[in-house]
Amino acid sequence: MILNEEALTQRVVSNDIGISVKKEGRNRRSVRHIRAEGVFKKLIFFVAFGMVVMILGILVTLVVQSSLSIKSTGLSFLWGKVWDPVRDIFGVYPFLVGTILTSFLALVISIPFSFAVALFLGEYYPKGWVPTLLKDTVELIAAVPSVIYGFWGLAVMVPIVRKFEAAIGVQTTGVGIFASSLILAIMIIPYSASLGRSMVQMVPGNLKEAAYSLGATRWEVIKSVVLPYTKSGLFAGVMLSLGRALGETMAVTMVIGNTAKLPESIFAPGNTMASVIANEFTEADHPVYLSALIELGLVLFLVTVVINMIGKRLVKGFSK
Amino acid sequence: MSVQVKYRIGKSIAFQGLTILLSVLCVVPLIFILVYIIKAGVTKINWNFLTNLPKPVGETGGGIKNALLGSVEVIALSTIIAVPVGILCGIYLSEYKQSKLAYWTRLSVDILQGVPSIVIGIIAYFWIVKPMGHFSAISGSIALAIMMLPIVVRSTEETLLLLPDSLREAGYALGMPFHRVVLKVIIPCGFSGILSGVMLSVARITGETAPLLFTAFGNPYLSFDIGQPMQTLPLIIFNYATSPYNDWHDLAWGASCILLLWVLLLNILTKVISAKWKVQL
Repeated sequence: MILNEEALTQRVVSNDIGISVKKEGRNRRSVRHIRAEGVFKKLIFFVAFGMVVMILGILVTLVVQSSLSIKSTGLSFLWGKVWDPVRDIFGVYPFLVGTILTSFLALVISIPFSFAVALFLGEYYPKGWVPTLLKDTVELIAAVPSVIYGFWGLAVMVPIVRKFEAAIGVQTTGVGIFASSLILAIMIIPYSASLGRSMVQMVPGNLKEAAYSLGATRWEVIKSVVLPYTKSGLFAGVMLSLGRALGETMAVTMVIGNTAKLPESIFAPGNTMASVIANEFTEADHPVYLSALIELGLVLFLVTVVINMIGKRLVKGFSK
Repeated sequence: MSVQVKYRIGKSIAFQGLTILLSVLCVVPLIFILVYIIKAGVTKINWNFLTNLPKPVGETGGGIKNALLGSVEVIALSTIIAVPVGILCGIYLSEYKQSKLAYWTRLSVDILQGVPSIVIGIIAYFWIVKPMGHFSAISGSIALAIMMLPIVVRSTEETLLLLPDSLREAGYALGMPFHRVVLKVIIPCGFSGILSGVMLSVARITGETAPLLFTAFGNPYLSFDIGQPMQTLPLIIFNYATSPYNDWHDLAWGASCILLLWVLLLNILTKVISAKWKVQL
């Protein structure tokens, strides 16, 4: 007992000195650290988990909110040619056609330019200040807000398009599918250009040298070595551009003319899925109308996700 | 040299010329747009333009004070929301790169990056605007925060993966707990990369309009209340640009000029930071 008491007092005394206080404090601190470590690990786990939940949540929200329209219109939603919210007829075929026309036309216009940039920076002039300037400038194209493209398109490009349309003798609305495609073509150049550049740079030098040693000219090397080698990478860039073009909202909304009619030609005004949502969402005055717009959003979501995934898969496959 | 060889060399040179021509042509529209917007906008910008509220049609001399302050507030809020979440998620992805959850999270981030901005707007509408009962600045901020996340997560993950394992091991060898190694060693080492990712994401959402259409909605008056609708620069540009009045077009040109300079400045700053610290984005 005495010994024990002695030990107790000793502890108290050494406490007063402060050494063992420090020791005890350190112990308490390490306990706290271990606890904090656990909390931190849990925290980052839940944040990462939350990302997955969020994507599922987005999908579920879109499906649930559009269920009213899915039930009432069924498959005729996609093939119906009339969009008349007043009479509760919701067919999005004109918007599908509008979206596909603008996006593909934009791709066709932009591909020669973005591939040229990819070859210029990846093959012809990989170093120096001019290529760096070109690279930075092309990247800036992606930085300009889409609402500014739309405004510029409306004020500057549409009158030019109208003159062009008058010159070739088609309907002269100015706004329409063609104007939207032009604006989109400018906007999507950087996406396939920068990916294409890195792909072209990855072509092994000895492959190209082998072709040169056989007497191939530069063009022949590009045609028969660089392009076949980077095929899937360039295609991935095109897919990413396409995904971007399909979902682009503001610039298109401002210059496409916004009619629910099926466009008769590429110079006619039309509407895309995204622009319909942007225009009519706050005006949707009854549940089925709103739900139809969300179903449109769901279709847009699924299509862009699939296209982006194909693009990303191709890039990953190429990098390996 | 035979004719055929000359022909082949000629073709090669012609193709090179075509490539150069098309590449240079790419830059033309951008320069055209920049010059036009700055020329049209810069004359509209003066002190009154920056400090007055918009005036009704017919009265001249309105400004965009509410949109400027609104934009700053909405962007600041979304940065506050997105940056911690994004960085934590990036830490998880770089620390547990092999785990099953990391695979699914990476996939989710990839998907999120491709979601059209208008769809994010719809989502924010149903998650926040509808339960609240009215449009609000906070719903706009959350929509923009969702758009920022993929960029922040990706840049954090990629920066941290570049750091050598020896840094981590040195920390553990000193008996540091996991969270201190991450917060005191890993994050400070990768700070510049994370910072440029954050700035890039801010630059990207500054000009976003579509997600704000049915969230922040716009407001003709000055408001600092995050629970109420708020005007922002992209919204004011969209509304005034599509209006039929010339006075309003002038305001929109001025606002476009400011927005454009703001976004360009952010992009150039990001470039400078990543060049200085040699970050790969």
